[in-house]
Amino acid sequence: MNLLTSWLFDPTNWSGTGGIPQRLVEHLWYTALALAIAIVIGFPLGALVGHTKRGGFVLVGAANVLRALPTVGVLTLVVLLAGIGLVPPIAALTLLAIPPIMAGAYAGIQAVEPVVVDAARGVGMTEREVLFQVEIPNAMPLIFGGVRSAALQVVATATIAAYVGLGGLGRYVFDGLALHDYPQMAGGAILVAVLAVLVELVLTGVQRLVVSPGLRPVRTSGGTQR
Amino acid sequence: MVERSAVVSGRGYCRPHYRDDRKDLGVIEFQAVTKRFDDGTVAVDELDLTVDPGRITVFVGPSGCGKTTSLRMINRMIDLTSGSILVDGKDVRQSDPPLLRRGIGYVIQQAGLFPHRTVLDNIATVPVLAGWGRAKARKRAEELLETVGLPAAMGRRYPAQLSGGQQQRVGVARALAVDPPVLLMDEPFSAVDPVVREGLQDELLRLQGELGKTIVFVTHDIDEAIKLGDKVAVFRTGGILAQYDTPAELLARPADDFVTNFVGRDRGYRALGFLTAGGLSLGELAPVKVGATVAEARQALRDGWAVVVDERNHPCGWLSADRLSSVDESATVDADLLLAGGSLYDTEHGSLRSALDAALSSPSALGVAVDGQGVLAGSITADEVLRALAAARTAGEVPQ
Amino acid sequence: MTWVFDHLGLLGDLTVTHVYLSVLPVVLGLIIAIPLGWAASRWRPARAFLLTVSGLLYTIPSLALIVILPAIISTKTLDPVNVIITLTVYTIALLVRSIADALSAVPPTIVAAATAIGYRPFKRFLGVEFPLAIPVVVAGLRVAMVSNISLVSVGALIGIAGYGQLFTNGFQLQFVTEIVTGIVATLLLALVADLVLQLIGRLVTPWTRVGR
Repeated sequence: MNLLTSWLFDPTNWSGTGGIPQRLVEHLWYTALALAIAIVIGFPLGALVGHTKRGGFVLVGAANVLRALPTVGVLTLVVLLAGIGLVPPIAALTLLAIPPIMAGAYAGIQAVEPVVVDAARGVGMTEREVLFQVEIPNAMPLIFGGVRSAALQVVATATIAAYVGLGGLGRYVFDGLALHDYPQMAGGAILVAVLAVLVELVLTGVQRLVVSPGLRPVRTSGGTQR
Repeated sequence: MVERSAVVSGRGYCRPHYRDDRKDLGVIEFQAVTKRFDDGTVAVDELDLTVDPGRITVFVGPSGCGKTTSLRMINRMIDLTSGSILVDGKDVRQSDPPLLRRGIGYVIQQAGLFPHRTVLDNIATVPVLAGWGRAKARKRAEELLETVGLPAAMGRRYPAQLSGGQQQRVGVARALAVDPPVLLMDEPFSAVDPVVREGLQDELLRLQGELGKTIVFVTHDIDEAIKLGDKVAVFRTGGILAQYDTPAELLARPADDFVTNFVGRDRGYRALGFLTAGGLSLGELAPVKVGATVAEARQALRDGWAVVVDERNHPCGWLSADRLSSVDESATVDADLLLAGGSLYDTEHGSLRSALDAALSSPSALGVAVDGQGVLAGSITADEVLRALAAARTAGEVPQ
Repeated sequence: MTWVFDHLGLLGDLTVTHVYLSVLPVVLGLIIAIPLGWAASRWRPARAFLLTVSGLLYTIPSLALIVILPAIISTKTLDPVNVIITLTVYTIALLVRSIADALSAVPPTIVAAATAIGYRPFKRFLGVEFPLAIPVVVAGLRVAMVSNISLVSVGALIGIAGYGQLFTNGFQLQFVTEIVTGIVATLLLALVADLVLQLIGRLVTPWTRVGR
């Protein structure tokens, strides 16, 4: 076990340039940036297709192809085409994050009960109001599921930024590999794993706040169920 | 608008007692309305019909008869192909659909409540859309919760925590939020069980007595149509209006074989529901109080039967000579000795149908009549009901 | 294109490795996940435990696990066994939940009918419950398959063989063709694997295709 912890608990690794806090912030920065871009692109697409119920087949197909796209292939290709910098890893991570977000938004919105949507139109909501006040809030559990799954994959994969000369926790993995320094490599991997678990916990908490209590599974508090 | 004519004034069913000061808002006119879907099927064919303001009009018919399509064309959930629909003289196609719909209440099967909003916020939906401001909308929602007979505490719950019947009440409250003159109800009670459905129907009639809305109500259940409708429009497959009439007329004079079949075999019996039973003479009953001794009860038997009442004089059931013969004289009359009674005939609101049913369902062949408060009033026999029916026929009160 | 034809031998080798590293874990994962999913569907405590553990395992990034594993089970750092074990764990984590849910979703009337005509629990599971759960299991396998295929290429960054080597090599040589070849090969492999799984799913559940 010493192999795993000797590097990790060495105080000199926890400060200064290239220290763990700095790498952690970089890692989170790549994750947040890629996730934000993926949401901006993927969410409206999924929501629109889910709302209009048109083009679902194309959207699901596109999501599946994107899912199969090898992230490292995209990363290296973009580096060769656009040069070293923030663009290649963010592009690769964004492409990784779009499918779950897009599919989650689509699946969530198109699965909102037709009677509920009918009622929303029937009481006089405009299409916009139907989407924003009824469909999106009701689709929140699946929308959020998509975002969580995307976040998890991006945190795990943001390691690859270090492969093309950037920072993040992947730095330790690749530096350790190059220097035959297994404790450093393992330490980086453990940090990524811990970060992934923390991100998952935080997002689960946020989901509790964002999703209406009315959408939680019912633990019969009076009243019969359909 | 006038009250119903004398012929059918006897509301056998618990009909709303309309106030006379209703405004005549909410006239809906169908003028040669046709709906043809993209695949070529004609859902509604040249429909001409005027819905009376302030009354309940029921669209009824088998599936595929265009009744729901007709309803949904009123608030433009479906757009008509040709013809026009006027609400208070204005063509619905001149209005922006969302604005039109906010002015028309809409209640659907399974209520269609918004699962992510509390009951109160569900009811407040339309006022908020109309820009009332949240506080005022909430206050209105609280009032409506009471109007539909739900406790105020339920306002904080979410729809999933409500029973089907409660959800449907909330659906009605939501539709009433901005006090629209017109209410569209699309099979609102068909997803709840029969007992709850009956309660909701009675509740709707009570509400309608207070509110006097123009209600268009779609159902596939002819009994529901006859119970609720001031007027009933029977549709046949292909979107053709077969008959548009009062329930009593529909039962007495079906326009054709289709309507005859649709209203059902026992329409003569059901028509009794539209005749008041005011002229019936009741027989006397000597009731036995709960808690009396068996000896006293034996004294009270007539033709082997005695009716038992509680301390408020509400009937509880019957005693038979057979049953008493095997019990000790000094025992007291209690629930174990009773035979369940039949249906009760309410002398204030009951119809000939309920009087006849009381007689037929009683173990002693004597129907038990009660007054409006449920206090024992007397007995009624099937013969007496038939005599009253014959008298009504000769007096011309029954459509022949 | 000429590069591709000049290196068909290499591509073939990489394909074999990539398929081996991504398919074997799916097979192993399925074999292990079936009894676990069955246990989770039968006993509440087992369900709580298995679903929590698999949720946690699913959260841990595969790349991290591949790196950490040698210290835990004393394998060599670049041993393919690390990849196989990691991806197997990952597949199990994904399948246990879907198998448990699918088995719980088998209508109780059908299970009761099977019991009533004399099935013992084990035969009943093989003959009735599991076959009815197959569509959900296949859906889980498809997800596991596609993600395993893409994860094997990520492994190239720490020296794992497979199509990922086309990326690392092409990157070092600044050779776009090789990278594009790797991307196309990965997509094709994912597509073929997905089709094969769908086909197997259809062949073993003929009853889902009758009627409508």
